[in-house]
Amino acid sequence: MIEVVNLCKSFGDNHVLKNITTTIKKGEKVVIIGPSGSGKSTFLRCLNCMEDPTSGSIIFGGENIADPKVNINVHRQKMGMVFQHFNLFNNKTVLENIMMAPVYVATKKLKKQKRDNLLIKLHLKKGTPVSVNGSVHEIKAQARDKAIELLKRIGLEDKADSYPSSLSGGQKQRVAIIRSLAMDPDVILFDEPTSALDPEMVGEVLELMKDLADQGMTMVVVTHEMGFAKEVGTRILFMDEGRILEEGKPEEFFVNPQTERSKDFLSKVLI
Amino acid sequence: MNGFMFKVEKFFDILLNKGGYKEVIEGLQNTMIIAVVGLLIGIVIGTLIATVRVMPKYKAAVRVLDKFCSFYVGLFRGTPMVVQLLVFYYVMLPLLDIKMSSVLVAITVFGLNSGAYISEIMRGGILSVDPGQMEGGRSVGLSYGTTMLKIVIPQAVKNILPTMGNEFIALVKETSVVSFVGAKDLYLAFQSIGSGTYEFMVPYLAMAIIYIVIVCLITLLIRVMERRLAKSDRGR
Repeated sequence: MIEVVNLCKSFGDNHVLKNITTTIKKGEKVVIIGPSGSGKSTFLRCLNCMEDPTSGSIIFGGENIADPKVNINVHRQKMGMVFQHFNLFNNKTVLENIMMAPVYVATKKLKKQKRDNLLIKLHLKKGTPVSVNGSVHEIKAQARDKAIELLKRIGLEDKADSYPSSLSGGQKQRVAIIRSLAMDPDVILFDEPTSALDPEMVGEVLELMKDLADQGMTMVVVTHEMGFAKEVGTRILFMDEGRILEEGKPEEFFVNPQTERSKDFLSKVLI
Repeated sequence: MNGFMFKVEKFFDILLNKGGYKEVIEGLQNTMIIAVVGLLIGIVIGTLIATVRVMPKYKAAVRVLDKFCSFYVGLFRGTPMVVQLLVFYYVMLPLLDIKMSSVLVAITVFGLNSGAYISEIMRGGILSVDPGQMEGGRSVGLSYGTTMLKIVIPQAVKNILPTMGNEFIALVKETSVVSFVGAKDLYLAFQSIGSGTYEFMVPYLAMAIIYIVIVCLITLLIRVMERRLAKSDRGR
């Protein structure tokens, strides 16, 4: 699904990622762990080009999305991302947050179809007109239904018209997760989704993520929640100093780590 | 004191019975049109410039635009409004052989000028919005422009509203220089009332009061808008 080849990223003289090559397959739950400053967040952010890779390629949907000429927006619609600080749109209600991208994408497509049909009609473009079905109004109604359905799933339908500022951290993060779900992504990237939460709220977010995992969503998760990594992960990537130092199944990695660095790391995080 | 009351009576006589009010209304109209339309043009220009200036500078085209924008801002902030009015009216128009009414000239210059100031206000506003908002928008596949327009700028505007109010008030007051190119504003109206009798004390006092009233009204308007936009802060 995502193929990373020789990915390098540097900020000036600071080489954060050094020649990372790995493949993320459909249905996998890859958990990236490692000490802070090891480049795991940067690696995740390079996967959807939130940070532009310095060199190397990232193949997704049959295209190298690290190439600046590729329309990254189209690919990001199929690659959800959940942030440490939620990044919900503060000026939009919960419902608008979820509806925004689906409505925007569908409306844009509709407008393009209409424009193309007009051009064909005026003989400015070759081809046969495609039948345009739906209106902006219908698109909105559809997106709204879907958003409400998603909100029901996390039990927050009564918050639909609230602004993010009135939600708790856990609620914000769950809304952020279903915001990315609203685009029907092929994969969701989680960038330390529970690190900014009160301890009490970590559970509800992890619960939702487990739920997604059970339904077969492909996930790449950067986290410090070792319990989650053990339970949900199908593959652990241990990163240090910009390299993938070790990878393996969680049952192997946590029981029998291979490198000194990972042994040291695990002895510190697992009490 | 009697002398003052007499002057007031004379002023009201000219104002009400000898058609002075027509000039005042025309002046008021022009002053407000120049300030409001100037502000609107300024907001459009300012937002465009601010957007260019905060854009990531990967592409050469953006870098060139950025240079042009900083030149523009430097030019309009570096010269007084009166000089800009005079240059536009007496240098640019004849050179380009364009005919324009003096009110239109004033509107154009005020728009261009406030665009330069508003661009800096807007840039500060955009930078004050959490970069996570842009990332959130981009992560669901919205383009840079859409995220900017729908997510970042609305939040930026909320942050800069008090400063924008300031800018608008400054514009209203600065319209008093448009008579340099012959536009009939509030100042020119009262000046002409006064010059009919060589008695300026009361007309200019009345003019000052009108300016204060306008500014108070604008302040009130900004307060109302601020309260409206704060809706998403308080939560419901």
